[in-house]
Amino acid sequence: MYTASDLRKGLKVEIDGEPYIVTDFQFSKPGKGQALYRTRLKNMVTGNAFERTFRSNDKFQRAPLEERTMQFLYSQGDEFHFMDNKTFEQIVISREQLGDNINFLIDNMEVDVLLFKERPIGVTLPNFVNLVVIKADPWAKGDTSGTDTKPVTVQTGYTLQVPPFIEEGEKLQIDTRTGQYLTRVKE
Amino acid sequence: MAYSFLSRRAEIIQSIRTFFINRGYLEVDTPIRLPCLIPEAHIEPEQSSGWFLQTSPEMCMKRLLAAGHNEIFQICRCFRKNERGSRHLPEFTMLEWYRAGIDYVELMAECADLLRFVAARVDCPDRSGAALLCKADWEYLTVHRAFDLYAPVSVDQALAGDLFDEILVRDVEPKLGKGRPTFLHDYPAALGSLARLKKGDNRVAERFELYVDGLELANGFSELTEVGEQQQRFVKERALIEGQGRQPGPMPDRFLADLGELQSAAGIALGVDRLVMLLCGARSIDEVVAFTPETL
Repeated sequence: MYTASDLRKGLKVEIDGEPYIVTDFQFSKPGKGQALYRTRLKNMVTGNAFERTFRSNDKFQRAPLEERTMQFLYSQGDEFHFMDNKTFEQIVISREQLGDNINFLIDNMEVDVLLFKERPIGVTLPNFVNLVVIKADPWAKGDTSGTDTKPVTVQTGYTLQVPPFIEEGEKLQIDTRTGQYLTRVKE
Repeated sequence: MAYSFLSRRAEIIQSIRTFFINRGYLEVDTPIRLPCLIPEAHIEPEQSSGWFLQTSPEMCMKRLLAAGHNEIFQICRCFRKNERGSRHLPEFTMLEWYRAGIDYVELMAECADLLRFVAARVDCPDRSGAALLCKADWEYLTVHRAFDLYAPVSVDQALAGDLFDEILVRDVEPKLGKGRPTFLHDYPAALGSLARLKKGDNRVAERFELYVDGLELANGFSELTEVGEQQQRFVKERALIEGQGRQPGPMPDRFLADLGELQSAAGIALGVDRLVMLLCGARSIDEVVAFTPETL
């Protein structure tokens, strides 16, 4: 159980049965008046945000969140199957919940799954992932068009801008947080 | 330089001393660890081996005032539990001064004199805070009028709905002290625990707060000197503290006894860290102290 004086940026609390994260926090206390805790809260499932002011005797439940490392097994239509390598328990996460993560998800990848009351609400991928280029235009040496990047497509179907010397079959390191090319990986 | 504010902080405190000494005030230093405190519902003290760390030097300074020390000031550390934010530290520096024979209107004038004096003497790279303090025509705004101007409801409606603090913080405070400092004055009677009720209008207390650029800097009032009335207010305040599940400390009996000797007077508390913030152009109180609780 938390009280308002525990409120901090990043704290995760349960309000009306939903998990919220505190995205902004300000302590106020008008002269001789009572302590006020002004927050901005974001619903961790829907992403909806709102502002709310609490008093020091307000109490909250800690949001029952659990993070588990799981392995991506396979996808079937819009359903993505993951397995906990310790318990062998399997869960299904929808394409919608995965969002942009599907651009970087490959078989057997280990990801962190965030669960709220046993319900998966988010997935965190490793920061860096290595993906193979499956489609790239050849590098025209002496190209004077002035562009210093070109688009390539990697094994997941994701398309990104890379330096012109990258060719089909090469492996790239990509930052999953920004979706940007970092470097070529030599095996 | 991480510590460049320290020399400005020292200059500010030195200028405050010079101002009061020039005016014939006596600097005092009273104990900060006390067996009893003035009961305040919204201030939680730190305990110290069965006693308390002071939440303000008010009690001891008023006893000195009652003993005939008519112009006194003090710069000291105060402690308030669980107060931490961009404008709050649980241990902070307070300036308090008291003067016999004046009321809150004269005290507002003296407060303005002090801050203009300090702003003119301290060398500030970002002059915005100092420039505001140097303005000649400070604003005087009653709480009633401020709510009419800036809040969606009147003061009476806010009080009836138990939303005075919320509305003050959300709608009123951000508008105060813009372009020039604002004295917000004549607080609802219920919100001035140690203040005298206004002569000719007992619905309001002779209390004021100073705001500069939305920042609350000081709280002052004409002192209540009627012992019976003060005792009754303390009993009410202690009941509020008990209602919050806290244990009120012992009644400050010696303070109440000495209050009987007090002639008319006015007193004020000013947050020194916040004044330094203003004159340094700092956004957070963390930027103007050598250490915060988190860096110790």
